Amino acid sequence: MSESTQSKAVVNDTLIEARPAPSSATGPLRWLQDNLFGGWGNTLLTLLSLWLIWLVLPGALQWSLIDAVWTGGSDACRANPDGACWPFITQRWDQFLYGFYEESERWRVNLVLAGLFAGIAWLVWERAPARNLVGLFMLFGFPLLAYLFLYGVPALGLPVVSTDQWGGFMLTLVIALTGIVVSLPLGVVLALGRRSQMPVVRSLCIIFIEFWRGVPLITVLFMASVMFPLFLPDGVTVDQLLRAMVGVSLFASAYMAEVVRGGLQAISKGQYEGASSLGLGYWQSMRLVILPQALKIVIPGIVNTFIGLFKDTTLVLIIGLLDLLGMVQSALADAQWSIRSVPYTGYVFVGFVFWCSCYGMAIYSRRLEEKLNTGHSK
Amino acid sequence: MTLKNALMTGAALATLIPAMSAQAAGTLDNVKEKGFIQCGVSTGLPGFSAPDDKGNWSGLDVDYCRALSAAVFGDPDKVKYTPLSAKVRFTALQSGEIDILSRNTTWTMSRDTDFGNFVGVMYYDGQGFMIPKALEVSSATELDGAAVCTQTGTTTELNVADFFRSNGLNYTVVAFEKYDEVVAAYDSGRCDVYTTDRSGLAAQLPKMSKPEEHMILPDIISKEPLGPVVRADDAAWEDAARWTLNCLVNAEEMGVTSANVMDMAKSDDPNLQRMLGAEGALGSKIGLPDDFCAQVVAGVGNYGEIYERHVGTSTPINLERGLNALWKDGGILYAPPMR
Repeated sequence: MSESTQSKAVVNDTLIEARPAPSSATGPLRWLQDNLFGGWGNTLLTLLSLWLIWLVLPGALQWSLIDAVWTGGSDACRANPDGACWPFITQRWDQFLYGFYEESERWRVNLVLAGLFAGIAWLVWERAPARNLVGLFMLFGFPLLAYLFLYGVPALGLPVVSTDQWGGFMLTLVIALTGIVVSLPLGVVLALGRRSQMPVVRSLCIIFIEFWRGVPLITVLFMASVMFPLFLPDGVTVDQLLRAMVGVSLFASAYMAEVVRGGLQAISKGQYEGASSLGLGYWQSMRLVILPQALKIVIPGIVNTFIGLFKDTTLVLIIGLLDLLGMVQSALADAQWSIRSVPYTGYVFVGFVFWCSCYGMAIYSRRLEEKLNTGHSK
Repeated sequence: MTLKNALMTGAALATLIPAMSAQAAGTLDNVKEKGFIQCGVSTGLPGFSAPDDKGNWSGLDVDYCRALSAAVFGDPDKVKYTPLSAKVRFTALQSGEIDILSRNTTWTMSRDTDFGNFVGVMYYDGQGFMIPKALEVSSATELDGAAVCTQTGTTTELNVADFFRSNGLNYTVVAFEKYDEVVAAYDSGRCDVYTTDRSGLAAQLPKMSKPEEHMILPDIISKEPLGPVVRADDAAWEDAARWTLNCLVNAEEMGVTSANVMDMAKSDDPNLQRMLGAEGALGSKIGLPDDFCAQVVAGVGNYGEIYERHVGTSTPINLERGLNALWKDGGILYAPPMR
């Protein structure tokens, strides 16, 4: 027996042509098996979910699309109260967006919104120039400018639109964005203060955080709107919206402080020591070494707090500020629209708007995490 | 930021933070000076105050404020509205945030002494019952053994308990936390009776899945006189508010409507002349123009017109006048004469 014949029989000296993986290992079937029907528990859950979807979806589609009233006015909805009443939303779209803001001045709201979205787009687009400057401007300059613009500066030809005319989605954004813009820096300061070696600073920060975290937001809002005016001397009033915004911001910053503190504690001692050994002072080492790492770690927590804050703003309706939800609820009281399908339509609309806003924030946070990922995550 | 910019920013911000209003001068003078009335209304109650399609507040409570504005300024539209929740309404009044509270507020003795002065009754409400017509009941006293849907922790719940006990009737309460839940529960047949204020029942009726199968019983088991409130220490403003309300009722009684008010003012009837300001000086005695009542009726109509416009039988709320009819028509609406 020669070796060559033997090897020829066993060893193939040409490559076998690559073939696609068998359909049982890839493709939709395999995906189904892996993700939906792997194991009996998984299968059971899948079937249960399918059953639930089958139970809910046809009805929901039927109500919101097929049976729905799309055109006309309240009369069309009254004639068909078994489907969604979308004219209620379209006819009052402006009201839900701007509240009672002066109709001739609404371009100001639009301009501020456009500025806001342009700024956000600038920050999201990674190759945009001067992103640091724009970021600082959006954080500090823009809110002030936006406020002046919305409230009005008679000297510059912008008539005053008092805050009790603000409402709808615009008010939701104003309160939520104020909360977000104030709570992040304030939260960082509080978190640093709580970890400070200085006893007075530390205890003040702890007291502040634990006080605001220990009371429900509703209590804060009630205190701000009911109790606070009674402490003021006769005839002195502080704008209702301002009171609510201060309350919401302080409340949110206490939560933010604890989120940031979590990040600070996750940074190993070596980083602090490394920064000191380079001769960096406290603020330098915080700004250049510790905070960039700590904040990156807690992005999910920060965005979580933002989303919570955004949704909590609806609580202002109990103190008579008509945010998006409040505006819709007020509109529901119009006797012209007292039709069975209208409240459902209104609430579905509000839910959808909030879901879109919050999901938008979630997507942004996920992208930010991916971009900043430098190997800490597993 | 230059110094000038900084100063301007500061000035604009200062408009927001402590705004001193010269309270001591009295609300009427204050209102005249600033040129509008700040009116506290409900954040939304069908027929009483709700934003319409164009974003204007409208309703019975709203029209009272418009009437007051017509009395003071001769123009019903010089009103700014502050939507208030039930909890903050009296604080808003006491702190001077609003000039008048016109927010379906029940006049009770303790409120009248603690929070401000009620200027009169704009609407006589009262707790009632809604039942399915299929029950074939014509009076609440026949509701023995009924399951009653109501809201937890409200006076409505206590009123029901009192009513059934004093009439020796058995009943079960099905109570819910939220207003909407109560309505949904009644509509789905979980209870036989739905109870709340009659104006609320009437507003809910069109929202039932089959409105024609339900009815509101004639019985009223509680007194809920709703009226505007002013601060307690301000007699001049209170007078202006009270006589504006009385003007609405007197105008209806004398047949003065928004359509004929200008002709009526020229009539020879001395009562009309006094009321509409053609003779005498009733208005100027309380710091209003002499023809304030004519302005009120021209601006918003008389009481009956306001009623029909917002809650009357031609509206979806469809409430009969009932107690709110004039005294000579079988109601209890009665205003002191203006002379």
